[in-house]
Amino acid sequence: MAVGEVMRMEIPAGGDMSVTSPELHVLAVDDSIVDRKVIERLLRISACKVTTVESGARALQYLGLDGDKGASGLKDLKVNLIVTDYSMPGLTGYDLLKKIKESSVFREIPVVIMSSENILPRIEQCLREGAEDFLLKPVKLADVKRIKELIMRNEAEDCKTLSHSNKRKFAEYIDDASSPSPSSSSTHDESAAKDFPSSKRMKSEDEKFSSLL
Amino acid sequence: MQRQVALIKQSLFDQGYLDEQFIELEELQDDANPNFVEEVATLYFKDSARLISNIEQALERGSFDFNRLDNYMHQFKGSSTSIGASKVKTECTMFREYCRVGNAEGCLRTFKQLKKEHATLRKKLEQYFQASK
Repeated sequence: MAVGEVMRMEIPAGGDMSVTSPELHVLAVDDSIVDRKVIERLLRISACKVTTVESGARALQYLGLDGDKGASGLKDLKVNLIVTDYSMPGLTGYDLLKKIKESSVFREIPVVIMSSENILPRIEQCLREGAEDFLLKPVKLADVKRIKELIMRNEAEDCKTLSHSNKRKFAEYIDDASSPSPSSSSTHDESAAKDFPSSKRMKSEDEKFSSLL
Repeated sequence: MQRQVALIKQSLFDQGYLDEQFIELEELQDDANPNFVEEVATLYFKDSARLISNIEQALERGSFDFNRLDNYMHQFKGSSTSIGASKVKTECTMFREYCRVGNAEGCLRTFKQLKKEHATLRKKLEQYFQASK
């Protein structure tokens, strides 16, 4: 069953027919054992299936991206979201994000970065590389709920590219973040697409629109 | 018993040992997971004992590897933040500042204070969880 498909619950005798959305499977990556415990709880409360790993390398191994041919059978469930800490020894969250986005198989999986440090260039760098969102630690339940809603909405739209609202939000963010920007004269959406052509999702969004014409 | 729990908890907050984050964690508890915070605390103290030991070893060596020390403290600060250990977090921040400017004396002094706050928090939380049962 693919994510986005609607699943019927068992109908109790005389009860009403309830329809529920399938659970997201989240891969949470953090080198801190305390933080892994907390993020796992936050995600479980938000009705997500959770797999936690302690490093970027382990995450790649789990996904089967580490080049080890035998490893791709490791995961039993498709991963719908990756939530990763930024500062980790070895592969940082940013490195992991890059590897995911470089993969033709996994680039569509949304990646959210967490960090205890509110460093604007870092946030920009991650969003530019295709991160869905950036959460400041300590992560709160409200953050997780928001992310989940965002992901579910994107999946439900059956749109493999950045949703229009995300793209607008992203463009707005970049606009707010940078003071007199040379591209500020053009429309937000266009300038965002032009500045970061490396993101395949952006390209496909353009293709999608042009195919509607 | 309830009153005892409330008193310990109040004092932990009044004296600044714990902050908002601890409350956030408590709100994640439910009937199916009634000991979540205690479990997190147990993990925290086990992990921080390891960090304290590493830092001690690094300091004993005499030659201060400020990068390494800052690295340990970054981890320590991170987990302290996650559990809401406010005073410990503050000491971690100060220690990192001393690392940044290469002040060995400041590091040693702050570390001593950090261990003290950490030990006090541990004891008080043990009392708190005990009283909560």
